Amino acid sequence: MNKYKIIIGLEVHIEPNTKQKMFCRCQQDHFGKIPNSNTCPICLGLPGALPYINKEAIEKIIKLGLALGSKINNFSRFYRKHYFYPDLPKGYQTSQLDSPFCIGGELLGKKINHIHLEEDAGKLVHETIDGEKVSLIDFNRSGSCLIEIVTEPVFNSVIEVIAFLKELQLIARYLDISNADMEKGSMRLEANISLSLDGKLPNYKVELKNINSFKFLEKAINAEIERQSKALNSGEKLIQETRGYDEIKKTTFSQRTKADSHDYRYFPEADLPPVELDNSEIEKIKLKLVELPEVKRKRFAEKYKLSKEYTEILILDIKRANYFEEAFKLSPNLITSIANLMVNKNLDKDFSEPAGLIRKILELTKVDYANSSDVEESISKVLYENPDVIKSFKDGKGQVIGFLIGQIQKKLNGKGDPRIIQQKLLEKLHE
Amino acid sequence: MNLPLTIKETQEGLKSKKFSAVELVDTYLEKIKKYNDEYKIFLTINEEGAYKKAKEIDNSDFTLPLFGVVGSYKDIFLTKGIRTTAGSKILENFIPPYSATIVKKLENAGVISIGKLNCDAFAHGSSGENSDFGTTLNPWNKEYTAGGSSSGSGAALSSGMSLISIGTDTCGSIRLPANYGYLFSLKPTYGAVSRYGVIAMASSLDTVGPLAHTVSDVETVFNVIKGKDYLDATVTEKSINNKNSKFKIGIPKEFFVGGLSKEIEKNIGEVIKIYKNENVEFIDVSLPSTKYGISVYYIIQPAEVSSNLSRFDGIRYGGLRDSFGEEAKRRIMLGSYVLSAGFYDAYYEKAMKVRTIIKNEVDSIFTKVDALIAPVAPTPAFKLGEKTNDPLSMYLTDIYAATANLSGIPAIAIPSGFSDKKLPLGFQLMAPRFGEDILFKLGKIFELATDYKPKVAF
Repeated sequence: MNKYKIIIGLEVHIEPNTKQKMFCRCQQDHFGKIPNSNTCPICLGLPGALPYINKEAIEKIIKLGLALGSKINNFSRFYRKHYFYPDLPKGYQTSQLDSPFCIGGELLGKKINHIHLEEDAGKLVHETIDGEKVSLIDFNRSGSCLIEIVTEPVFNSVIEVIAFLKELQLIARYLDISNADMEKGSMRLEANISLSLDGKLPNYKVELKNINSFKFLEKAINAEIERQSKALNSGEKLIQETRGYDEIKKTTFSQRTKADSHDYRYFPEADLPPVELDNSEIEKIKLKLVELPEVKRKRFAEKYKLSKEYTEILILDIKRANYFEEAFKLSPNLITSIANLMVNKNLDKDFSEPAGLIRKILELTKVDYANSSDVEESISKVLYENPDVIKSFKDGKGQVIGFLIGQIQKKLNGKGDPRIIQQKLLEKLHE
Repeated sequence: MNLPLTIKETQEGLKSKKFSAVELVDTYLEKIKKYNDEYKIFLTINEEGAYKKAKEIDNSDFTLPLFGVVGSYKDIFLTKGIRTTAGSKILENFIPPYSATIVKKLENAGVISIGKLNCDAFAHGSSGENSDFGTTLNPWNKEYTAGGSSSGSGAALSSGMSLISIGTDTCGSIRLPANYGYLFSLKPTYGAVSRYGVIAMASSLDTVGPLAHTVSDVETVFNVIKGKDYLDATVTEKSINNKNSKFKIGIPKEFFVGGLSKEIEKNIGEVIKIYKNENVEFIDVSLPSTKYGISVYYIIQPAEVSSNLSRFDGIRYGGLRDSFGEEAKRRIMLGSYVLSAGFYDAYYEKAMKVRTIIKNEVDSIFTKVDALIAPVAPTPAFKLGEKTNDPLSMYLTDIYAATANLSGIPAIAIPSGFSDKKLPLGFQLMAPRFGEDILFKLGKIFELATDYKPKVAF
């Protein structure tokens, strides 16, 4: 099967953690609520109801676009995308077509086509009530915000797809856009898969839908690749279609072919004026970005010289990464213990303050503290060696304390009590 | 009691205890009950609600801007707890859980809502004959159309069943019934009045406006219903401050050729003379692209109709899809066609481009004139049944209406006499976007110059 080049493009949906839905004031968080309790005339698509844009959703998508290096459109607008389904109350989905909020961008070297905003549909629930099979509609999710990331067909293996999705998930969490949890449905995936002999894009693609966990994602894509390569090997011509994954049979099955594909009859949504954003507004959002995982990963590797595995675990949660750095500042010499106890024992969960963790480490390692004259000598030496740092401190840069403590600990071979060092150091500096 | 025909007369009567609000409601209801079965003006009568509100008004201090004004709404405005059908069997049993913004605003301003008015189903039509609940007859002559699609909104006033009414105008549907009913009406600037809670026909063209017996009543109601509600994102709050004491009106030559009836042409000639005597200047202007207006309209409108009606999919609201009437089906098919892959560029996209050209032409004319004058329709009210088998000739009724809707400008319909057959005649004035004030001033000049007196048919 390896004679074929695998070509995959992704459509990833992320439910942002906004307070309200995309076009009404109902709650975005619909998880576990009583059916149809989180609805209003707008998200029920009642006659006469009109959409009103949720600005928080716009801010979230622009944050994501900026983080992925997309070009942010100064002018974007919404379109109506028409299709019939019982959980789509207006008979159309308000989405975007040309002029989405973000164009282009890249993640892990994989090119992104665009990122757009749209509303979600409701949910159908199939049940048997009093012996009768019925389909019920729950509109709690109807009209909630969705961010869709569409990539170019640039993935050549499932491994690349998984790496991309994990990194995207991490970025969404770092930027407080979404928890992007596949199992809870706040991240959903559609993969367009085709195989090519010559590396060029073939004239068909198979859209694989409803993949809702990382576990099934790998199996589903592999099953589809296997199906396609078998078909091609036997000389069969593959067609454009939409397929789903059967978790029990471990195969994909056809849901819809091109012949009965939708004509969405897109046209501009007249009920919503186009969104015009000037560059100063975009700059303001840019200020809200934080250090992205990839940058943090590199910095951690250089600064802390931890193993790749340790770094990855520490940066997986931005709060833990920050905790680690604070603990390090307090006791640079204890870096190995800090990392070990955080990664292997999750000890950071027991101490809300990093200082608590440090005390615990010292207790565990039963360090004999250096005596106070040694401490004072080391402080004097370090201050003598770093006149420029002292100047920065006097200029108001309090954060240099961490650096100085680190230097002092080095001279004491890590045997100084950080609290005493800090106390004495501050005394000296204020003399 | 003799029914008052203006807000001023109504409110003075209430203040001086000449009559109470409850007595007013008695009188209107008496008239409705006497004539409604025959004339098919109201679809739902809000008797209980009206009396409740009237009692409130009688016990109030008479300070609200519209206290005691008996009003009615085209049945396309959602009214909480009161059936709203849009004139269609699809919604025959639909009781809305919320009210349209304008209904709330009017009721908060003291309006007594007396009922819901007949109209062409989903506002598709120019004669009221597309209503699934029977055709509204014109109170001035019941063999003739009352105008559409807000057929009940015009007839309710010219029959004295209501003091003011609200209609929607997507391509003349407020102006035509006013024109055929000897009434004033305003089609406001697109985006001046909220469309929230109004069953949509064509979202980029729909406007909401009042019908009344005087310019000043139209103005008073407009001032209550306009402005933001933070539910309709297309609403903006602007107004052009026109300090002119001398107005200049353009006569677009394209509106006075072809199918215009001689009687209307002559009547508008007289109107122009009256204005000239009042020191209003007229110049000939040209809007060459407006001749494409109705073609452009009949692409954009069905496209938006096909989209807006797709929520009536038979799953909710009761009525199944086969309850759609012929005209709705025609528009759904036309609209789906012009939006479908492979045809979008040739039809919808092109129509939108021409719409922009028309808008630009209109904008540039308003750098030269304060307003434009035009007929409302090519002929006085036509006989019922005359055009029902010829949809195209029905569509042409709206030929003079399309310009204002496509370019989003406001237009006022003004009554200006009666035809040989004793049917009302009128004309329309258009102004730049948010130039409603210019229209009110010009309307009042005409009222004064002609010593206008409100009239009802019976």
